[in-house]
Amino acid sequence: MSTVFPQWEVFVRARRGLDHQHAGSVHAPDGETALRAARDLFTRRQEGVSLWVVPSNEIVASDPADVGALFEPAADKAYRFPTSYELPPEVDHM
Amino acid sequence: MTADLLTHVLRQGDRALVLSHRLAQWITHAPTLEEDVALANISLDLLGQARHLFTYAGEIEGKGHDEDHFAYWRDAAEFRNPLLVEQPNGDFAVTIARQVFHDQAALLYWESMTESTDATLAALAARARNETAFHLQHSAGWLIRLGDGTDESQRRAQAGVDAMWPFTLELLGADDEGALRADGLIGGSIETAWRAAVAGTLLEAGLRTPTEADQRAGGIHGTHSEHLEPLLEEMQQLARAHPGASW
Repeated sequence: MSTVFPQWEVFVRARRGLDHQHAGSVHAPDGETALRAARDLFTRRQEGVSLWVVPSNEIVASDPADVGALFEPAADKAYRFPTSYELPPEVDHM
Repeated sequence: MTADLLTHVLRQGDRALVLSHRLAQWITHAPTLEEDVALANISLDLLGQARHLFTYAGEIEGKGHDEDHFAYWRDAAEFRNPLLVEQPNGDFAVTIARQVFHDQAALLYWESMTESTDATLAALAARARNETAFHLQHSAGWLIRLGDGTDESQRRAQAGVDAMWPFTLELLGADDEGALRADGLIGGSIETAWRAAVAGTLLEAGLRTPTEADQRAGGIHGTHSEHLEPLLEEMQQLARAHPGASW
């Protein structure tokens, strides 16, 4: 087949109360078809109670080259980490 | 001739088994990897239904036959599947048209069978209904996309619908099962509901509903088209070459 269908990212919620987790991707001409393909590929063994599919090209991703600029400045700012705070005894086991 | 429960169960089991094999023939040939997996999954669901039905047929018959006997050791004239499911796969549109007609009939059949006075068939129907509802979503979804797609996909979809239409009447119930119906073992006619649902799908797909001319039937009485024998030969070859083998 010469046509390559667009790619969709698949998110599966395993159980009630849990978050949807990224499971993989499928190719499909539209969302409904993508959902059915995702059902076949990722939930055939009762892995899920809910499915999301999202067009892959709608995801805005960070650039790996920017990893320093985006993520490094946090480490040297100790006040951003909760270890700086003393917890009152009432919530000691938080 | 009045059909007994064994005949009815074999008709359903053979329908599921033969269509399962036809769909399995698509594996590695489907338009996309996702569709390959989808058709294989539907094929396996149908195979599972056939196994339950054949096991139950063996119980009804009472001659000690297991599921393998009914699948592998009967010849074409002993099969009772409707002609539709033995028709060759053709292109993807032919397969999808065949599947829509089948799935709509199978869904209505299993829905009616959840009310059967036969506890075994009612229990099987409860599961098969859910499986079949998904099969229909898949096949009707494709038919609508093909019919509403490009000029070529619409032309092929209409050709598939036209080619499979002559085999649909036989799907809508046998004329010799009145006694089973009277006993509540099987449900009422699905014909009206099937026609309405299929007409709706074809309308949404922008396809014409063919005329009623030239309906073909006979499979449920054991008179098959030339296509069943080669299918069975392929399916039964291994079991017959190694009788009693297990794998």
